[in-house]
Amino acid sequence: MAAVEHSEGLAPAAEAEGVRRRDFINVAAVSFAGVGGAALLYPLINQMNPSADVLALAQIDVDLSQIQPGQAIKTIFRKQPLFVRNLTPQEMQAANAVPISELRDPQTLAERTKEGHSNWLITMGVCTHLGCVPLGAGPGENRGEFGGYFCPCHGSHYDTAARIRKGPAPTNLAVPEYEFTTDTAVRVG
Amino acid sequence: MSFPWAKHYEPKHPLMRWMDERLPLPRLAYNAVGPGYPVPRNLNSFWNFGVLAGLALVIQIVTGIVLAMHYNANADTAFASTEHIMRNVNSGWFLRYLHANGASFFFVVVYIHIFRGIYYGSYKAPREMVWMLGLVIFLLMMATAFMGYVLPWGQMSFWGAQVITGLFGAIPLVGEPIQTWLVGGFAPDQATLTRFFSLHYLLPFVIAGVVILHIWALHIPGSGNPTGVDVKSPQDTVPFHPYYTAKDGWFAGAALTVLALFVFFMPNALGHADNYIPANPLATPAHIVPEWYFWPFYAILRAFTFDFILPAKLWGVLAMFGSILLLFFLPWLDKSPVRSGSYRPTFRIFFWVWLLMLAVLFYCGGMPAEEPYVMMSQVATMYYFAFFLIILPILSMVERTLPLPTSISESVLHGKTTDAAPTGALQPAAAE
Amino acid sequence: MVRILGFLVGLGFVGVAAWSLLWGAIAYISEPPAETVEHRFHEHPRDISFSFDGPFGRYNAQQLQRGFQVYKEVCAACHGLHYVAFRDLHDLGYSEAEVRAIADQWQIQVPSINPDTGEPAARNAIPADRFPNPYANETAARAANNNALPPDLSLIVKAREGGAPYMASLLTGYQDPPGNLPAENRPGTGLHYNPYFANLNIAMPPPITADGQVTYADGTQATREQMAEDVSAFLAWAAEPKADQRKNMGIVVVLFLLIATILGRMAYKNVWYGPKREDEAVQAAE
Repeated sequence: MAAVEHSEGLAPAAEAEGVRRRDFINVAAVSFAGVGGAALLYPLINQMNPSADVLALAQIDVDLSQIQPGQAIKTIFRKQPLFVRNLTPQEMQAANAVPISELRDPQTLAERTKEGHSNWLITMGVCTHLGCVPLGAGPGENRGEFGGYFCPCHGSHYDTAARIRKGPAPTNLAVPEYEFTTDTAVRVG
Repeated sequence: MSFPWAKHYEPKHPLMRWMDERLPLPRLAYNAVGPGYPVPRNLNSFWNFGVLAGLALVIQIVTGIVLAMHYNANADTAFASTEHIMRNVNSGWFLRYLHANGASFFFVVVYIHIFRGIYYGSYKAPREMVWMLGLVIFLLMMATAFMGYVLPWGQMSFWGAQVITGLFGAIPLVGEPIQTWLVGGFAPDQATLTRFFSLHYLLPFVIAGVVILHIWALHIPGSGNPTGVDVKSPQDTVPFHPYYTAKDGWFAGAALTVLALFVFFMPNALGHADNYIPANPLATPAHIVPEWYFWPFYAILRAFTFDFILPAKLWGVLAMFGSILLLFFLPWLDKSPVRSGSYRPTFRIFFWVWLLMLAVLFYCGGMPAEEPYVMMSQVATMYYFAFFLIILPILSMVERTLPLPTSISESVLHGKTTDAAPTGALQPAAAE
Repeated sequence: MVRILGFLVGLGFVGVAAWSLLWGAIAYISEPPAETVEHRFHEHPRDISFSFDGPFGRYNAQQLQRGFQVYKEVCAACHGLHYVAFRDLHDLGYSEAEVRAIADQWQIQVPSINPDTGEPAARNAIPADRFPNPYANETAARAANNNALPPDLSLIVKAREGGAPYMASLLTGYQDPPGNLPAENRPGTGLHYNPYFANLNIAMPPPITADGQVTYADGTQATREQMAEDVSAFLAWAAEPKADQRKNMGIVVVLFLLIATILGRMAYKNVWYGPKREDEAVQAAE
């Protein structure tokens, strides 16, 4: 292109040069408008993300002293149910007896509890399938085929380490961050 | 409708042809704001403000929708939810400040658009419908802006709602029941806030609908121009795209820069400190004024201080509503066959005095109801009504106008200064 | 017809406005409005400059920390800060642990419920909490303050004309009433003369009374002026915590828009190059 223009003499070449420069400016101006419009989309979309007050970590303290072995309680953490369960030795034994290789989401009971407090199973009460609250924490509720938790929505069965054993849920019930402040109290969050 | 020389939409791509036969939206856009709409080639910068007003409406609707996702229309929590937006919501402060200053931006733009219309006689035949639809938009904007200002439920919100609904109380006999009905109680409260929020969300979409009618009505005769001379030949026009899209584009950039200066560096300059105090039905702020864009009408309202047959309060309310409603009759009050103020030397003087008086009303409306502001607004109010109802009708009968250019293209070629600015020294293109 | 009616309506409005003007003018001449006492003695805020003034000004974290200390030790007993949360103090440069400690040791506890009995109780604050109100409700606040209500300070700088300079002026503006102040404008019981306050007499007793009232952690000399300015800066931050972020973003946005506008203007000139050149050709030919 350029060679042809040069062969035709200076004036048309300068003209073509001008046309190219003008095209460039026009494209640049439209691009700037486009980039500006796209940048404006960011705050419009980002405003729907959790706001600072929601993100501010809410902490809860749970008193364990009233929970007898074999009992569980349901409490609320970040607007979601939290299960706290005092496992009996039999339940712990049952959980430890399962070969890890057979699990859909392989984890040992020890990995899901704190050292020295392996009878305290603290998990979110949110089924990993589609977010229903599983049964089994309240007295007399159906604990499913494996004696842990049972989600009635789509039939997921969790064992005594709250690991998924049967049904559509893909992973074990989530274990939140927590620490023991005393032997009978935990701070979650 | 368009001029016979308007370009015709011819879809080239098979997909566009397929689309054109089923839902000719691209054709609509092409004929409305594309190459298919021939526009006078001599438009000056005052003709940019229509597109700018459309942009402002879009900004308000978009930011308003996202703010409504966080706002809480409850008298107990509305103020707190506004602060929640300012402090916790991601970019919430930006969205709120853009919405609040965007409202002022919208009014600045629309005021200039209206002044343009009055100076250049844009309301005259055959564009009366465009003018009246524009006034409907203006009224809807005022209602929307007023109700929006109530939503944060600060002191000015509350007392603004109280005072403005109180205007209706001036109507004889039915006034007080109407006021109680509007507010849903004996003072603004939960019921008022909820209904204002509902209507504040609805009205912008009504405005958008009337904007479509406004543009539709404009496209029948086509755009006016600074000479006021009708389009006569293809030499008089250029296609809207790319000529006016390019012009509107850069002008929008400049206008948005001004808006950004307010949003980011002085976001509260146009607001009132009192509105950062939560609403308190037991204490009125010392100096209560509406937002700046209502000041001229507020000054007219307060200009009537003495009873004359009717109570002064009623006169004030009548004059305030009358000052806007009389604009609907403007096409029939001013019968001068010459549209543009550029060719009406006497009109021009009266127009600039009118603008000056409007500035006085703006100034006095923002000031406390004390002397000398009340007397100043009384003088300005007299001129305001006299200009439209007495001066213009008489002037249009007796005025000697300047010779008009024979065509737009002639004015472009031989009368460069006529389309420069409304104040520009006149170079009437004498018939050659 | 429209014009005849319009003419009559116009005459009506003009006439009534003129009537009002006439009576107003007569009243104005016979009784010229006297200058009010408030107007005569009221003083505008002193001209105090802050680090966050103007588009390029930013908050000074050190000053905000000092101001927070003044708020905590002097103001917090009566004035709430209810729209600010403890977690927001990160902006002042405090670490996670410091914020946690500030919240935990805050002198006012957060209302809660005893989990065993359901009775009202109180607990220590956590960073996610907002500053607890010093009084349970308005009645309690008034009862404790001689029927005056100490306003919440979260938004006070934005809620008062004059902003931070006004706050600092007010805090240091307490003085003995001038001798020529009319008796009815002299401070009554429980009121204090302060010419920066709108009606000259403020219910708040002088909060900052002596140099060294607060011992600053950073060793700054705590003069009355210093404390007043620091706490005003802190309250400015409390009212508008996103101001720094806003101005930073503003500079980028305005620069971007300016470049876009210049490019747009050049593109506009390009687009109009054709018609302009044709016009010139026609003009040249004539």
